[in-house]
Amino acid sequence: MKAGAEKAAVKEPIKVGISDYKTSRSPDQLVTYALGSCVGVSLYDPVSKVGGLSHIMLPTSKLRAAGVDDRMKYADTAIADMVRDMESKGADRAHIRAKIAGGANMFNIHESAFINTIGDRNIEAVKLELDRLGIPLVAEDTAGDYGRTVFFSLADGSVKIQTAGKAGSEL
Amino acid sequence: MIGSYSDLSERQIDVLREIGNIGAGNAATSLSVLLDEGVSISIPQLHIENYSGVVSAVGDPEELAVGILVHFTGEVRGMVLFLLGFEDAKEIAQMLVGREADDEPVGLSEMKISMIKEIGNILSSAYLGSIGMLTGLTFDISVPYAAIDMAGALLAAPMLEFSVDDTKIMFIEESFQTETKSLRSHVILFADIPSLNVVMEKLGI
Repeated sequence: MKAGAEKAAVKEPIKVGISDYKTSRSPDQLVTYALGSCVGVSLYDPVSKVGGLSHIMLPTSKLRAAGVDDRMKYADTAIADMVRDMESKGADRAHIRAKIAGGANMFNIHESAFINTIGDRNIEAVKLELDRLGIPLVAEDTAGDYGRTVFFSLADGSVKIQTAGKAGSEL
Repeated sequence: MIGSYSDLSERQIDVLREIGNIGAGNAATSLSVLLDEGVSISIPQLHIENYSGVVSAVGDPEELAVGILVHFTGEVRGMVLFLLGFEDAKEIAQMLVGREADDEPVGLSEMKISMIKEIGNILSSAYLGSIGMLTGLTFDISVPYAAIDMAGALLAAPMLEFSVDDTKIMFIEESFQTETKSLRSHVILFADIPSLNVVMEKLGI
């Protein structure tokens, strides 16, 4: 038992790629690197200590071209899928709460309304979807013009945010 | 006509890579005039990757980098991102202007950022100019936009706009080196699928 616990304590964080999500349980850590306009959604059930981290690229699957299967890319499909995945690991939806980060506008490029607004639209779509699923949003570190790396501890549900050159935050 | 990036044939990939090669050759010439020394370029790579693959093709997502982004629209639509590591950006700026008295150890002065922006602009224009010449297509090129941040967050900006059509991203990538300094920088061209179809139709491939 003791050796196992020590092993768990030094375990590498589980990486969540872009347009991806991962779920696990305490004491694992999840990490997603360098969110720009994308939004990182961390969901946590403090009772079962099951959590999930999603790296969302776009607000709505209505943008999707026909025949493309990429539910993990969009706020309106990824979050619901991740909740189901957490439930299958023993989470109770009634306990799940959310913390989100990202949704920046990195370049402020006037010629592309798409790039200039996508961060805000992602944040808005994530909030709408959380609302629809009845999941309270308890903390956020969003918008601005800088990238964020998110570390999510499933031991206590804490979210640490690292930035390049700015003070980080803890949610 | 292709419906996704993965539909590109070997021949089409070869031609797109060659376009990248010619574009980069012109861009390297412009850069060597600016820096007053020889600049060599790598053989261009055409990548078709998933999103995380795009980032790892360029390097560490958290590496501090300078990104210069240019947007083009018209008969074809896309973006060119000039990406270089922060330390390399400082080296290039120093080669251009010499050390400034107001240099902060960790920062880049406004003047140096605007010089790097201009380099990004010259490289992108040389690159896009070659594509225009080869295809006879015309497009409007935006002013350059600069940001200093994690490489992954900078790369995501053009990726997001082109992530609608497919689960993958196609981009052409080259890196540059100067004679005296081993500077690593990337010029990355992103284009959407309808634009690629226009280019291939023009070239008859």
